Amino acid sequence: MHPLLRTVLQRLGLGLITLFVVSLIIFSAIEFLPGDFAKAILGQSATPETVEAFQKEIGLDKPAHERYLNWIGGVLQGDFGSSFSSRVGFRRSVMEIIGPRLLNTLFLAGITALVAIPLALGLGLLAALYRNSIFDRAVNAVTLTTISFPEFFVAYILMLFLAVKFPIFHSLSNVSADMPFFEKLQRTALPVLTLTLVIVAHMMRMTRAAIISLLASPYIEMARLKGVSPGQIILRHALPNAWAPIANVIAFNLAYLVVGAVVVEVVFVYPGIGQAMVDAVRSRDIPVVQACALIFAVTYILLNLLADVISIATNPRLLHPR
Amino acid sequence: MSELEQKLKQATSLAGKGKVSRRDFIQLAMLAGFTAAAGNAMFVKAVRAEPKKGGSARFGLAHGATTDTLDPVGYPDTFTQCAFWGALSNSLTEVDAKGNVVPDLAESYEPSDGAKKWAFKLRKGATFHDGKTVTPDDVVASFRHHMGADSKSAAKSLLDPIADIKADGPETVIFTLKDGSADFPYLVSDYHIPIMPVKDGKSDWQSGVRTGPFVLEKFEPGVSAKFKRNPNYFKSNQPYLDEVEFIAITDVAARTNALTTGDVDWIGRADLKTLELLKRNPNVEILELSGYGHYVLPMNTTMAPFDNNDVRTAIKYAINREEIQKKIFLDHATVANDNPIAKAVKYSIDPEPKYKYDPDKAKFHLKKAGYETLKVDLSVADAAFAGAVDAGVLIKETAAKCGIDINVVREAEDAYWDNVWLKKPWCASYWSGRPTCDWAFSIAYAKDAAWNETYWKNPRFNELLIQARAELDDAKRAAMYGEMQQLVHDDGGTIVLVFNNFVTANSKKLAHGDVAPNWENDGLKIAERWWLA
Repeated sequence: MHPLLRTVLQRLGLGLITLFVVSLIIFSAIEFLPGDFAKAILGQSATPETVEAFQKEIGLDKPAHERYLNWIGGVLQGDFGSSFSSRVGFRRSVMEIIGPRLLNTLFLAGITALVAIPLALGLGLLAALYRNSIFDRAVNAVTLTTISFPEFFVAYILMLFLAVKFPIFHSLSNVSADMPFFEKLQRTALPVLTLTLVIVAHMMRMTRAAIISLLASPYIEMARLKGVSPGQIILRHALPNAWAPIANVIAFNLAYLVVGAVVVEVVFVYPGIGQAMVDAVRSRDIPVVQACALIFAVTYILLNLLADVISIATNPRLLHPR
Repeated sequence: MSELEQKLKQATSLAGKGKVSRRDFIQLAMLAGFTAAAGNAMFVKAVRAEPKKGGSARFGLAHGATTDTLDPVGYPDTFTQCAFWGALSNSLTEVDAKGNVVPDLAESYEPSDGAKKWAFKLRKGATFHDGKTVTPDDVVASFRHHMGADSKSAAKSLLDPIADIKADGPETVIFTLKDGSADFPYLVSDYHIPIMPVKDGKSDWQSGVRTGPFVLEKFEPGVSAKFKRNPNYFKSNQPYLDEVEFIAITDVAARTNALTTGDVDWIGRADLKTLELLKRNPNVEILELSGYGHYVLPMNTTMAPFDNNDVRTAIKYAINREEIQKKIFLDHATVANDNPIAKAVKYSIDPEPKYKYDPDKAKFHLKKAGYETLKVDLSVADAAFAGAVDAGVLIKETAAKCGIDINVVREAEDAYWDNVWLKKPWCASYWSGRPTCDWAFSIAYAKDAAWNETYWKNPRFNELLIQARAELDDAKRAAMYGEMQQLVHDDGGTIVLVFNNFVTANSKKLAHGDVAPNWENDGLKIAERWWLA
């Protein structure tokens, strides 16, 4: 078997075990949430009869292990269950609620990645190439500044200048599925910009550090002696060996874009999955919370797997171990 | 009134209809002794005051969640209430800007048998959005939707007084009540009871086909709901707007930004802390209205020491309401006097004595109850109302000077209604208020009410409650409700701190008539009642 394939299968297997443990943790954590779900959902209008009718309807009268098995059994068949906001004769599946939100989040994360990753790599490479120059210092200072501010602060500053003072973009990013692509792009401009500013520093500095550490190795010295231009040295000799740490950082940041953008979502009223989860926790829509948590776990596991595969594939020593 | 003034008044009304030019109007105003600028301002105001048709508006609401559905057994907050009741649906009656109940989907209603039987005649020619005529069967099913043993509707207890509903002919519905209730028409104006078409004997709430001023175009739970004008609406003049969209913006800063950048035309629940800054924006109008809603600190009258009315009175005197109103609600509230019935409600009185901060009277009552000093716990969380914790701390300070040592317990916001409210002897709570005395009292002050926060069981009060309900003579009712309010004020366990104001902000592109205070956002009917200036 190809060593890469074996690694992938091995990692996928481990990922499944991790997911199982995560599902157990999610389920038990939710059991510890204070208060009675039925009462929390019905709010002030809860009377003993309505609470009882509700508990029966959503199966809360069954013991915890039975509910867990029901849930995990459904998930294995691709069914995340139905939201607590379902009614008799009107089922709202969890996927129906999460689906559009997940697509929105992936859209935001995708656009941000398209902007941020090339930007970070480019800046990182240039900073490595002209290290300790004014350019290097300026890039470092700016990116470190933007990463040091809390997201909402960056968001509000951008909003103040780009939406209020100079109304170029919208302060409200309430995109919907049937919006034309370019309008969607314009609506998401500010969240994309905010997230880009927040994640670029990490990736850019890792690229710079990885390349600089390689620039001291003998084979780079050799290339330099043979007369290769500095740009070519970095692109052809240093970068291929630096992919492993860079890929790891990129994977980490991509995962963050999917699961951690909730603050930005709230500030710009972007209908992403993070808001859906916070919403669901507040209204105690447990099946939605569980599904979101699982999706987040899968995101991390898959992206980490991808990073590992990239680092193995780009490193002959790992690809052909002896 | 001089002749000129009279002419000006006429011109004002004509200007609203677009029949007087600005030039003529200003000339007339100057003749009447106004400056040109003042004349111009009067003209603009007159033109804005007259409703105009057309245009679209976007409303940014402070609520909205993924769990929202079209099912009226829920409608937990202003998003579902404004969108799916105010814009999409009608109840049999509605409450107007003056607080009176007026027919809505019903054309008229008539009590008989000591207000035990109510006959509602449906409006002729009223249709659902799909063209079907509204029949008594639809009404019966819409009410039954909330009733029955396994109902989990928030309106279930509200409809408890109904013994039977039946259709009588093609346009009349007869309600038979368990006891007489003169205020029954108010009850059916509730936003939980929109009239929905009947399908296979059950109310069809899923389709979103209703009778209201707007037809549902698109609904994304927790994001937005879009509507377009119902061309066959039974009120020929309303609605004025062609399209409305409700957008859920739960974050208050985002809401304010959306208004200032023009992404929405109106926002609910404006940020009180930055309101002064928002007021400086020349394109924004702030609307502040004292409604029926109020913030309370209920004491359990069956638990010591609150079972002693002198202790309760001492505590009532130990609170500095003016200070709370100013410092915690930043003047966006009206000081209350332990009467939960708002001034705008019919039969409301202003009971004496006023509970003003008075350490001497507090000490006097404390002594009368047999205490030198008193130590009590006050359970608060901002889940009850924003500012509850701060109010608790302020009360602790003022009460300390009256010999009352209050231990302010900060409870968890999560599950506050589950673990604290109705359980702790003294806590914080809120009421959004009800349009009639009977309703407000039945829900929270009657001896067996599920939400009787204070467990208060005053025999005279409960006797009057039943009597007043069936009394059709206005003067007698006023006397009875007056006495009941006095009883709640003197003997009840509820401290009514303030009536909270509804503060909304809108772009000056929007205009409106008199705004109804019975619920937030022009009685939740902002989509139907507002227009583009």
